[in-house]
Amino acid sequence: MVRAKAGELDAFESLTYRYEQRVYSLALRMLRHAQDAEDVTQQTFLSALEHLDEFRGEAGFATWLMRIATHAALKVMRKHGGLATVSLAAATESADDEEAIPHPEYIADWRHSPEQLVHRNETRRLLDEALAELDEKHRLVFLLRDGEGLSVRETAAALGLSEANVKVRLLRARLQLRELLTRTLGDPDSRIQRAPHHHQ
Amino acid sequence: MKCEDMLAMLNEYVDGTIDPSICAEFEQHMAGCNPCQVVVDNIRQTITLFKNGQRYELPVSFREKLHQALRERWKETHQTS
Repeated sequence: MVRAKAGELDAFESLTYRYEQRVYSLALRMLRHAQDAEDVTQQTFLSALEHLDEFRGEAGFATWLMRIATHAALKVMRKHGGLATVSLAAATESADDEEAIPHPEYIADWRHSPEQLVHRNETRRLLDEALAELDEKHRLVFLLRDGEGLSVRETAAALGLSEANVKVRLLRARLQLRELLTRTLGDPDSRIQRAPHHHQ
Repeated sequence: MKCEDMLAMLNEYVDGTIDPSICAEFEQHMAGCNPCQVVVDNIRQTITLFKNGQRYELPVSFREKLHQALRERWKETHQTS
């Protein structure tokens, strides 16, 4: 990082090799379009190269990159003018609080641990299919907070949302993904049928 | 504490930012509520799976194009110095 800032191209290229897969994967999961993901990845690293002087190191380099990538991805979404993009705006923030928290329906122990599952090729497809089921506003928050490990504050700053709003969306995303994954990964024999009083 | 209250505080519990007094109540509830225990387990597993999940490789041709573009931009921005 220091060498890159001092003007060493090799050092900047090493940083790019280290983080390019992460940036590309994030862009692909946000946009679900390979060409757009490539454009966003290239813009991200070009922008990082040009603004390297402005990187102060208060957040990690990865967090800084993810923020640039998120801005680039949001710009692409706005350009495409999807309805979902509009929902990212603060105008709908209050609507989030009014929606009820979804109740867990399919409750069961998973047949395998995440450590076992992570190495399986079909797991990535399963995760992406589950992500695709989420509303965009929930998916973006989850990707940054849980996928990339940004803090709630960093996620809020990257998406232009309030921290309270990030928390609400994150909870919905986590619950919805849990539901979807457990339907596939859960052990039907261990499934728990909730007693009626649990719904109170 | 009811299951409903537990759901509302799930993030804070899983992220370890829950107030200690509420945490005790939360855990007391879980000790007597198997469904909530399993839901919390599932949520933790869900997060772990995404956090450690496989990423996508850049297509080879795109990686070359990307690095070429970076080298060119680097030359432009560092030429004058």
